[in-house]
Amino acid sequence: LKTDELIESLVHELRPAGAGPQAWLALGAAAGGAVAIACVLTLLGPRQDLADAAGGLVFWTKAGYTILLGAAGYWLSERLARPATSPRGGVLLASAVFTAMLCLAVVQLAGAPPDMRMHLWLGHSWTFCSRAVLLLSLPVLAVTLAVLRRQAPTRPMWAGAAAGLFSGGVGATVYGLSCPESAAPFLVTWYTLGVLGSVVLGALAGRFVLRW
Amino acid sequence: VANDLEAEFRSLMTRGLAGDAAAQRGLLSALAAQLRLYFSRRLGPEAPEVEDLVQETLIAVHGRRATYDRRQPFTPWAHGIARYKLIDHWRRRAPGRDVPIDDHADFLTADVGDPTVRPDLDRALAGLSGRQRELVEDVKLEGLTLAEAGRRHGISEGAAKVGLHRAMKALTERMRGLEDR
Repeated sequence: LKTDELIESLVHELRPAGAGPQAWLALGAAAGGAVAIACVLTLLGPRQDLADAAGGLVFWTKAGYTILLGAAGYWLSERLARPATSPRGGVLLASAVFTAMLCLAVVQLAGAPPDMRMHLWLGHSWTFCSRAVLLLSLPVLAVTLAVLRRQAPTRPMWAGAAAGLFSGGVGATVYGLSCPESAAPFLVTWYTLGVLGSVVLGALAGRFVLRW
Repeated sequence: VANDLEAEFRSLMTRGLAGDAAAQRGLLSALAAQLRLYFSRRLGPEAPEVEDLVQETLIAVHGRRATYDRRQPFTPWAHGIARYKLIDHWRRRAPGRDVPIDDHADFLTADVGDPTVRPDLDRALAGLSGRQRELVEDVKLEGLTLAEAGRRHGISEGAAKVGLHRAMKALTERMRGLEDR
């Protein structure tokens, strides 16, 4: 095929360009998030005191942590979906959010009686938490990778990792509807570990899936 | 010159995004000439893959144009796609090979495939000796360095420099002659 003919066929009946990455990523997260919420509600059930807790600062500190991690992931995914963009802002946000939670964890551990510290760290569900977060992030991860594949990610592994952070944040937030743990040492370890699992999975998958 | 090209490409791109087929055609045609130069500089001018890569990149630029952010410059965006296609090509052929760093600063070059210039240029070049014509094409049109052009023809950098200088002088006289006619 001659290049001139190719160009003709491309511009034939040209229509205005469709929506950019932002809209597709948000739409994908909504769809994947809905699946994750459905899983949590049917398989695990919401935490008993959800209605009471949702009014409190503790609940929103936890939700804020996971939501902000997800927001950093969304930002990064949107950036890395385009060529020649800088991911700095998203990386800074994620690091800042993690550092803030880490500081809170240190403060809580320092202020707690020594025999309570182990409990603050392990809670009741540390063996289960990270895995649940990772599993709940999978629907959003799958959709996000599918969306990114249709954009122009020139750094496939990093774009995959960004998708992992985004979906990990969503998965962790959704899991928070069911999980009553709220101690900062617990969150910064086990929730973060689940999100990190999603980041690693996204990076690995990105290397292979985000080829175009 | 690079800024003029950037402005021109950006304006074509913006109109193409809005659905202006003529602008989009202009954009892709002008970009095709730039891409041909970009890829042949890195793969060799006779490499058969050059045109494949040009087409692949055009398809990507067109199909993924929604990823262009109108507030951002066009050149780095297009260069990012071309570079990705080049790296992908290398990776398929020789996995694990190092990828040279290149920058978008020299991605767009002036006077490539300008249809109004090319016929005159060809006529003027036709008056040069074989070696002189090749030197002009390699250095002035394709953008090789004198050392690279010399290596290609098995002569020293100095000899390439002298040869090019004579060729340019002859070319200038010849172009002046064309204008007078």
